[in-house]
Formats: sequence, structure tokens, C-alpha cells
Amino acid sequence: MHPFEYVAPTSVEGAVKVLGEHGERARPIAGGTDVLVQLRGGRYELDAIVDVKNIPELMQIRNDSDGLEFGAAVACYQLYEDPGISAEYPGIIDAASLIGGIQIQSRAGLGGNLCNAAPSADGIGPLIVYKAVAKITGPNGSREVAVEDFCTAPGRTVLQRGELVVSISVPKPPKGFGAAYERFIPRNEMDIAVAGVASSVQLDSSGHTFEASRIALASVGPTPILCGYEPGSSGYDDPLAGKSVSEDSIAAAGKLARGSASPINDMRGTIEQRRHLVDVLTRRTIGLAVERARAAL
Amino acid sequence: MGHEITVTVNGKIYAGSVEPRLLLSQYLRDELNLTGTHVGCDTTSCGACSVLLNGRAVKSCNVLAVMADGSEVTTVEGLASGGEYHPIQRAFRDEHGLQCGFCTPGMMITAVDILSNNPQPTESEIRTGLRGNLCRCTGYHNIVKAVQSAAAELAS
Repeated sequence: MHPFEYVAPTSVEGAVKVLGEHGERARPIAGGTDVLVQLRGGRYELDAIVDVKNIPELMQIRNDSDGLEFGAAVACYQLYEDPGISAEYPGIIDAASLIGGIQIQSRAGLGGNLCNAAPSADGIGPLIVYKAVAKITGPNGSREVAVEDFCTAPGRTVLQRGELVVSISVPKPPKGFGAAYERFIPRNEMDIAVAGVASSVQLDSSGHTFEASRIALASVGPTPILCGYEPGSSGYDDPLAGKSVSEDSIAAAGKLARGSASPINDMRGTIEQRRHLVDVLTRRTIGLAVERARAAL
Repeated sequence: MGHEITVTVNGKIYAGSVEPRLLLSQYLRDELNLTGTHVGCDTTSCGACSVLLNGRAVKSCNVLAVMADGSEVTTVEGLASGGEYHPIQRAFRDEHGLQCGFCTPGMMITAVDILSNNPQPTESEIRTGLRGNLCRCTGYHNIVKAVQSAAAELAS
């Protein structure tokens, strides 16, 4: 590894300062499970690593009536070992408990998963379907970016020089909301998704009509894809709103998601297989999201 | 530039200067001579280098030594105490949970983490817990039996 400086600031301002000084030659690390592997694999060189686990704002978790907000350096296990978060945000827990194995979950978190911006990231789709927002601080102050607008290309994000994701904020799901994430991998574990789908649904009080929905796809495009949405635009074409909960409406959503995918052929899978998987996983995750939503009515 | 760190490894306090790019696995093996922590893939896939960091299993090839400053680390050398093997070590011996032995330290460390969170895991929970550890001899069946046996012993 190219030698680098190790900096462990204890404030957001301290981290922003170092990141601003070094630009692309510095990266924040929380768990380090992506950056250290990429550095050692020679994908890039860094002059400075900014360890953000000593910054209180990046390590906090708040779960109350407004929703869930967790620091960008919070590790996966801190979410799924919390009974309240597990019960209220099962679609996020689906991803937090399957990224890597327990050794990775001890270190890595969803903030890093988001900033790594891998097209195959398991954690990003669930955040999108929960309407999560990334809270960012940089040299020019703070801003918020919806997670569906965060990734711009493989490994690329909206973060500007010196900017740092401080936390991820998830609004409290209303009654009748349910979400789920599933992925397909050829083995049972420890693999990168051939395709992944996160779905959320908002049901009416009868539990038989969709009021709103979101379907987010992983590993079938250069960035995570929110079906019915063009990044940066204000319009959103909800795939299920107003439809009754039925096999037909869910099958139609599967077809629509299949059409939203723009996968490539690679060693993990073919275009055709990935489109098929998106269809199947969309139907499955909507089914599970409906089950969870009805349990929360 | 070196960083001064203080790490408690297997109950013993070590202080010294480390280069930022030194990995925890390298620190344990090359600086402290604790070569029971094996390095298999070096890409955070195989889990052979697993150690407990503040009680949780981590892959030590994926943690900078400097990030372990102020932490407590347990390696396979720290499992036995007072000349007695840890129940997980006895169980691996009794159930033939090792063949070539290369993955064994990481398997045992991960098993200790699994059992500390879930003292009576099902077979499926054990297999899920061990999913970050590869056995190149493919001796998983006896490894799972060893964890079950250790769980039973710890419960009795």
C-alpha cells in the first residue's frame, strides 16, 4: 500500500477540513471494509485516511416518534441488535444482517455502504424505499440529499470536495407501511448480488389497496434504480398507487420493474437472467412488504 | 509517520509505534509474534484472520492496527486460560472440527462470538454465523458439530 497519513478527528469540522485539504487523495473510513480492500488491491492511492469513528455525530443512533437517524459510521450490528429498530425497520434490517458476515457487520455500516456507491450495494435500495435522506456537511455548510439522488455512477456520488455524510435519516413509517429486501446470489451467503430488490408499500386502512409504493433495484444498472423515477427530477410515477392488492397488480409491478432494469452481462449473470430475477424478486418483496404492512395496520 | 498505540492483546498491554498502513493482522503476527492468527486470502473473504476486537469478531486483515488503539483484542492464543483449553477448543478437537487446521483459529474465534450472543444457536444459526469463514478442506459438517458441542458444554 502507498503510505498514507492516518487522521482521527473528533469533530465533523475537523474531518471536513482534512477532506477539503486532500480532495480525492483522502477518504473517510468508518468500518474500512471497502476502502482498505480497494487500497490494497491497488484500485487507487490515498494520501490520507480519515477515521470517522471518533466523531460523536457519526456514531449516534436516535429512534423516536419522528423516525430513525443513525450516524454514517454506525455499524450494521448496532442496528439489527436493537430490538426497537429491528421491529420498526425490518426492510433495512434485511440488508444490514446480510452484508458480509458477522465480522464485516461488526465494522461496516450503511453509511459506508452508501458512500461506496457500488451498483450492487445491498443497503442502498432499502434506504431508498424508506425515503431516507443523507445529511451531509462540507466546507460550505450542511445539506440533505435523498438517497435515490446520492449515487451518480459506480463508485461516484454527489459528494463534493470536503463533504462528509454525517448521518442517515429515515422518516417514521406510518401505519400500514411495510418494506422488504431480497437479493439473488448463487451461494447462500457472502456474495455480491446478481440482482437485488427492495420494495415498500403503503396500504390503506383496509389493507387491500396500495396507497403508495417504492421499488428499488440493485446490481442491474450503474447506480441503484428507483422504478418510476428519473434522478434529479421532481416527478415520480408510483407503480402501485391506487391499485388493489392482488396477484395481478403485483405481477404488473414485477413486469414494470423488469423494464426499469438496465443490467449488463458479466461474470455474475446475464442481462436476461438479471431481468428475470428483478421480476421474481419484485413480486416476492412486495408480497413480504404487504405481509409486514398488514401486521402494522 | 508513526502513531503511538496501546492495545490490550489477550490480557496483556502492548504499547508501541506503528505505521498507519500496518494492518492489525500484520501487527499481531509480525510485531507481537502471535502467529496463531492466520492470513488466508488477504482480501477479507476467508475469515482465517478473525480476532475479537472489544469482544466482537472482526477480520484483522481489514482493520488498521492504529484503529485498534485503546481496544482489547483476543486472538486464538488468548482462548485457553490457566493451562485449560477453552470449551470451543476442546470441542474442535473432540468433534474433529479441523483437518489441515488453517481456518481453525478464525473458525474458533467466530464461534466464540456466535455463542456469546446466542448461547444455544440452531444449526442454521451456526452456519449463518460462520458464513464469513471458509474452510478449504470443506470440513464444515464437523465444525458445526464442534460449535454445537461447545454450546452444550457451556450450557451445562
